[in-house]
Amino acid sequence: MSDSLYGPLHDVAEDAGYADPPARAGFFTDTSVCIGCKACEVACKEWNAIPDDGFALTGMSYDNTGQLGASTWRHVAFIEQSRPREVGDGDGGTRWLMASDVCKHCTHAACLDVCPTGALFRTEFATVVVQQDVCNGCAYCVSACPYGVIDRREGDGRAWKCTMCYDRIGDGMEPACAKACPTDSIQYGPLDELRERARARLDELHAEGVAEARLYGEDENDGVGGDGAFFLLLDEPETYGLPPDPVVTTRDLPAMWKWAGGAAAALAGCVAVSFLGRR
Amino acid sequence: MAECHPVGFQWVMEAKARGAKVFHVDPRFTRTSAVAHRHLPIRAGSDIVLLGALVNHVLSGGHDFREYVLNYTNAASIVGEDFRDTEDLDGLFSGYDAEKREYDPTSWAYQNGDAQAAAGARDEAKTDDDRSHEHGPGATFEATPSQTGHAPRRDETLEHPRCVYQILKRHFARYTPELVEEMCGIGPERFAELADAIVANSGRDRTTAFVYSVGWTQHTVGAQYIRTAAILQLLLGNIGRPGGGILALRGHASIQGSTDIPTLFNLLPGYLPMPYAHEHEDLDTYLERAAGDTGFWGNKRAYMVSLLKAWWGDAATADNDFCFDYLPRLTGDHGTYHTVLDQIAGKVKGYFLMGENPAVGSAGGRLQRQGLAATEWLVVRDLNLIESAEFWRNSPEIAAGETSPEQIATEVFFLPAAAHTEKDGTFTNTQRLLQWHHKALDPPGDARSDLWFIYHLGLRVRERLAGSTDRNDRPIQELTWDYPVEGPHDDPSAEAVLAEINGYDGDGRPLSGFTALKDDGSTSSGCWIYSGCYTGGVNQTARRRPGPEQSWVAPEWGWAWPANRRILYNRASADPEGRPWSERKAYVWWDGEQWTGHDVPDFEKTKPPSYEPPEGATAQDAIAGTDPFIMQTDGKAWLFVPKGLVDGPLPAHYEPQESPVANPLYAQQDNPARQLYPRRGNRYHPAGSTVYPYAFTTYRLTEHHTAGGMSRFLPYLSELQPEMFCEVSPALAAERGLTNGGWATIVTARTAIEARVLVTERMSPLRIQGRTVHQVGLPYHWGTSGVVRGDSANDLLPIVLDANTHIQESKAATCDIRPGRRPQGAALGALVRRYRRQAGIPED
Repeated sequence: MSDSLYGPLHDVAEDAGYADPPARAGFFTDTSVCIGCKACEVACKEWNAIPDDGFALTGMSYDNTGQLGASTWRHVAFIEQSRPREVGDGDGGTRWLMASDVCKHCTHAACLDVCPTGALFRTEFATVVVQQDVCNGCAYCVSACPYGVIDRREGDGRAWKCTMCYDRIGDGMEPACAKACPTDSIQYGPLDELRERARARLDELHAEGVAEARLYGEDENDGVGGDGAFFLLLDEPETYGLPPDPVVTTRDLPAMWKWAGGAAAALAGCVAVSFLGRR
Repeated sequence: MAECHPVGFQWVMEAKARGAKVFHVDPRFTRTSAVAHRHLPIRAGSDIVLLGALVNHVLSGGHDFREYVLNYTNAASIVGEDFRDTEDLDGLFSGYDAEKREYDPTSWAYQNGDAQAAAGARDEAKTDDDRSHEHGPGATFEATPSQTGHAPRRDETLEHPRCVYQILKRHFARYTPELVEEMCGIGPERFAELADAIVANSGRDRTTAFVYSVGWTQHTVGAQYIRTAAILQLLLGNIGRPGGGILALRGHASIQGSTDIPTLFNLLPGYLPMPYAHEHEDLDTYLERAAGDTGFWGNKRAYMVSLLKAWWGDAATADNDFCFDYLPRLTGDHGTYHTVLDQIAGKVKGYFLMGENPAVGSAGGRLQRQGLAATEWLVVRDLNLIESAEFWRNSPEIAAGETSPEQIATEVFFLPAAAHTEKDGTFTNTQRLLQWHHKALDPPGDARSDLWFIYHLGLRVRERLAGSTDRNDRPIQELTWDYPVEGPHDDPSAEAVLAEINGYDGDGRPLSGFTALKDDGSTSSGCWIYSGCYTGGVNQTARRRPGPEQSWVAPEWGWAWPANRRILYNRASADPEGRPWSERKAYVWWDGEQWTGHDVPDFEKTKPPSYEPPEGATAQDAIAGTDPFIMQTDGKAWLFVPKGLVDGPLPAHYEPQESPVANPLYAQQDNPARQLYPRRGNRYHPAGSTVYPYAFTTYRLTEHHTAGGMSRFLPYLSELQPEMFCEVSPALAAERGLTNGGWATIVTARTAIEARVLVTERMSPLRIQGRTVHQVGLPYHWGTSGVVRGDSANDLLPIVLDANTHIQESKAATCDIRPGRRPQGAALGALVRRYRRQAGIPED
């Protein structure tokens, strides 16, 4: 099955109605070189003027951000892993995974599909952006997102999320997070190039014996038609709090309409029959 | 490095991507460990054992780069017969005076009668009457640049029993992998992996770099940590070559700059020593003591006279010793810790704090605040109302009811400062790179740059003294203080200051570099090593040619002192004949007529490798064509330091002042020359104390900046690390009943603090001397002001210092840790006293 709601889609911006759009923009977040500095979080907040998100220690390693939300558009996860080890063996068994999460800018974006006001829209870069001056705070998008990214801001009511710095990339600048990343863990560019680079990096890591390295969100055959923002992970997606098999929540919309249509027809039929029967 | 220098760490990641193997040695598994190939957890304070064992591995395995060692170091030099090693004296070197707690270094000298004379000229006139022996070798405050006189006797076979090479071999023979396991907690397999990697990546074709920061310096034997690394790197031929070196990461932006043009009490710009209050000392006698006559320090008169000309201009003439008498004189230790104790003693009336927050950032926080509270007036220039400006109303001592605002008479003047984005100027980065930053916007409200403040303060002081005929006022009256000003607030031109630092020739033209400095008063320069940064009247530090548009050395990115050299002593990248050691590591070389290469050669351009200094030559003329270490009097790197260090010519392992274990190497437990301040409020724990059984170490987090003045007041940074916490292993948590996310109280003889608990496998219990040693990790960013607040780890630490550098030991001490929050009010002091009594520590 392939349509504008599900499956591979190569002309995302065209599909949204843009004639001759620029190349699809994307993020490739290579978590194997992330050092957890959180510069992405801070740069994002600085550029987008996002408010702070509270001052509480979570007790979850060095992650006091917790999750993506209306006031957190980049979130660095810290996952501590350890295996039993001998004294004096150092801590060869310890791994500390760090990964900067962000809106996936899905090929098939359920948030956008369900937005009743048109506040969410697909840009010419094939990214997904909310217009706060149009958003009515209905929160359909919040429950529609398969990743739990988009969120309403407390006391504001409107939905907020990463714009892939729409106001920067239109001027030829890279998004603030990618600009600030000291180790190029966050890379920005044309999605096709990033996918190629990611596959090469994956091959390199596999050759080095890092068998657990994998790409996430890169496959256009996945449940969201591939992500505009995809990742190189060093463990299962669940380890990072990412859904293992995300599916655009509007995938079954045509089928649902079909069923709903059928049901409506059947109902109408029954009603008709009931009238007939009355006679 | 990823924790505290994430931007610089990109180069480590790049090296890793190009095949470099990365080892991380740290008590904790940090963000650096997370991306290193191997993390080696080490007991804080045991690094000399590890480094010494690596030296031993190189020496006993014959892995040294013999041609390099023989030609470029003092390995062949023969030391005098009077020298006794720590191996002979159970942990002491010869020359130790137990009563004064000081070394007399005479016996460390090379064997060569007259050559030794130069080593004698040091601080014999100790004028500070209040300098008690309690302070140990802090007595030797004069900077003592290397000075050994002429070529010592050498044994090119390296077999003479008293040659440096053989002394090293004997000295380090007991630093074995077994000792590493016993003292550092690093097993033999892990040690072998490290040692093999270092040896395999050193030599003609390959180099190894060491990177350190305050994890090495903040110990009572800190300078010797770095010395041990220097010995290792020299034996392996890793100094002065691309990819080699010992890279000191400075703590924050332009701390390198504030060492070069110092905020240190005992230095003048360019590492010239601050003169001491010797009686009747004139410029000549000062210069005699200041540095050696051979090597580039031999031009010390040109450096010094040019500095005096920069400061006093036309008033400085040959007839008046270029106003040398106008310089203030040292009368003793005026380092920051000694000054704090002087404050408490009522000797310091007023104090300026500029961009520093000692109430949180310095060891012994209670004493720091007590000192500030004992001043009559205090000027704090900072971006925010930091604890050092607010201690009089919100210090922990006030919360505990020990003092009150009514009892603190200090008048605090808080003057808001401009941020670096709000002013022009340079940063001097870790790698000696000066980079210009342009003002992007005006500072808000009354905030002004430090340059503005100092300049206008100077003008006002001078106005007050305008009519004075007191001779003592002439240094101020005649000071050159005439910078062009700009903008509505009369901001002095930072570029004019940079030009003054670069210096001028007799016709007022910017100098081309330090080799153009003259000793006759015809040139001026505010800091000789920076001369050349404004050559041709062009701000060289503002150059930003992108990397891809120039060579890989990138000489047109900023400007590096000296002379825009990117690697110091790079003559060592070529063999004695001037040929690169290998094609792969070619850097600078002799092309038959001159030195050339990728970088500015750190050698006289036309001095051939065959050059032999004539008898009696001075300055650079005394340096042979094969001697790369041109600042040393003999042109050689010193494996053994016959003069210049106050705590020994070789590194020896001493335990931290507060250690959970005994020193198995020597009867001497700690550095005999460390600076001790046993007094009320600064009691030390006995070694191996069961009352304070755990080791702790302090550190920074990526999310915060030092004492928090630039981060805890910013919501975007504060939310990322909102609370003071401690890090403990699951084993320690189980032992002491600590739970993740709960509270713990950490107790020392100084005070107790509370912190949230992170229980993590990243903290490894270590097996030391057959028993388990736990380490507690404590970031030190929090205080009583700001968006996020918490207890200060520095309050736990005692004041005890490295005698060479006067730096506090804040990387290793002992404590107890217990579950729950700390007591409030008077109960806090009661808890601390109870612990002290249990440990048998004298009552305050």
